[in-house]
Amino acid sequence: MTSLLAALWRTRDGRAGLVLLGVALAVAAAGPALLPDPRAMGDLAAGAQPPGAAHWLGTDQLSRDVAARVAGGMRVSLLIGVLSVAIAALAGGAAGLVAGYAGGATDAVLMRLADTTMVVPRLFILLLVLAAWDRVPLAALVLVLGLSGWAAPARLVRAEVLRLRGAEFVAAARALGAPLGRILLRHLLPNAAGPLIVAASLGVGDVILLEAGLSFLGLGVRPPTPSLGGMILDAREVLATAPWASLFPGLALVAIVLGTTLLGDALRTALDPREA
Amino acid sequence: MRPWLLRRLAQTAATLLLALVLLFLLVRLAPGDPVATMLGEDRAAAPEEVARLRAQLGLDRPLPAQFAGYVAGLARGDLGTSIRYQRPVRELLASRLGPTLLLGGTVLLVNFTVGTWLGVVQATRRGRAADRWLSAAAVTSYAMPSFWLGLALAWLVGLRWRLLPVGGFTDPLGEGGAADVARHLVLPALTLSLASIGAVMRQQRSAAIEALGAPFIVTARAKGLGERAVTWRHAWRSALGPMLTLLGLWLPLVVTGAVFVEAVFAWPGIGQLAAQAAAARDYPLVLGASLLAAAAVLVGSLVADVGQALLDPRVRA
Repeated sequence: MTSLLAALWRTRDGRAGLVLLGVALAVAAAGPALLPDPRAMGDLAAGAQPPGAAHWLGTDQLSRDVAARVAGGMRVSLLIGVLSVAIAALAGGAAGLVAGYAGGATDAVLMRLADTTMVVPRLFILLLVLAAWDRVPLAALVLVLGLSGWAAPARLVRAEVLRLRGAEFVAAARALGAPLGRILLRHLLPNAAGPLIVAASLGVGDVILLEAGLSFLGLGVRPPTPSLGGMILDAREVLATAPWASLFPGLALVAIVLGTTLLGDALRTALDPREA
Repeated sequence: MRPWLLRRLAQTAATLLLALVLLFLLVRLAPGDPVATMLGEDRAAAPEEVARLRAQLGLDRPLPAQFAGYVAGLARGDLGTSIRYQRPVRELLASRLGPTLLLGGTVLLVNFTVGTWLGVVQATRRGRAADRWLSAAAVTSYAMPSFWLGLALAWLVGLRWRLLPVGGFTDPLGEGGAADVARHLVLPALTLSLASIGAVMRQQRSAAIEALGAPFIVTARAKGLGERAVTWRHAWRSALGPMLTLLGLWLPLVVTGAVFVEAVFAWPGIGQLAAQAAAARDYPLVLGASLLAAAAVLVGSLVADVGQALLDPRVRA
């Protein structure tokens, strides 16, 4: 673990990613404790205040503290991003293990399904769910975000399993009488972990942008829970008079997604030097 | 080539049909009843009203029959009826297709000319300052929320400089003529290009780096060819194949981005229609739009594969 961090720190991308993500995590973790209540509305007559000593990043048109809302929104974004990608990696990883090891019809069916899922842009899957389902609580949104991303990790893991299925160490484990679950989880999965981790860290950014976009359309995270996309939507009507109310949530989004993407690139270089 | 092409076409049709099954199940897996969802606040609606709506939407029939009915309609070009507009989904989608194709086509053209050029420029200057700056720009483009970038451009170019309109485009064949269309197109197309060009640059850079390292490049250099001819006549051409593959991967990005950009600039395309339909709980319309998006992605990867096969006979095997 320390050696991986050191390897990441050696590359420019890795350093930038670690710093950006570290700052984002610190703000998301400590922000809500240090800043005013993001939901508290101040003096409504005062309108949106520019950044200053009382409110570092200003206030929005409902006199809510922009810094506090950005911190709260980052917390929600990061949580949704990490949880969804974990669900995608778990579901996809399991499917990939099974498809790669079983082969034959199981493999064919699972991979056809994966191809099909990848054909429909994820945003449209979410729009359809939001249109047709009675209620979509945040947990369901995260679940759909995660499950709709199962195909890419499934293919990655399957490819690794196919590559290693015939390897000597797998044959040895089988000869020693290791049960199937042990071969899959202890012998094959660790070898597929590298690509899976890289894909997951690159996928976090996609999910965060999707959630922010949905919230910008007024369909994702519901107020009063602060969300970066929702803040940009709210601030849209005061774009000309209070640009700071949309500037900072957008910058926060760029910082998070840039951080996870750079880190993903650096991880790929660190775990697989051929890709450099 | 013929048998390969036929197989590939059949595969495309099968995938689209399977996508339809998945999307259809997604609607029907809904916790709760679509009719109750639609009626929303008026849950106390008369039972006969509910029954009428259910019959109109075909919800009173068993699931396989509903699906068969939808597919039979699809074969006739019928995608059902929008709940919100009470008009055929196909008609609504068709009326928004022009603006979406105009926006998407412009972005495609810009990204695949400027983006590939920048990628090759990076590859020939690998590791130098220009490469590093362009790499940083590419990854920033990837991380940029398109809707936020659109608002920033609307604020700067539209509100501060008053150079271009930030919305209000209605009809591609309106009275303003081509000049008016072009003025409205600049900001949405620029936004969507900037937010999606990074993917093209990254892919082209690595494809061109790989091509520049190939033995035939060494031969070309040994023959005494100039660097420009080596780069553009030899390396770039062999990097075109991987670029085509990207078309299939890149289209979902643009289809998604278009939904947000159309919302920002009130661009009357399919993305805006789909987002508004989702907000209005108009699921037949969202289903139609999703199917169209899937078809666009499939056609994109089909075109990419056919192009690949024309460039490289080994693909057809």
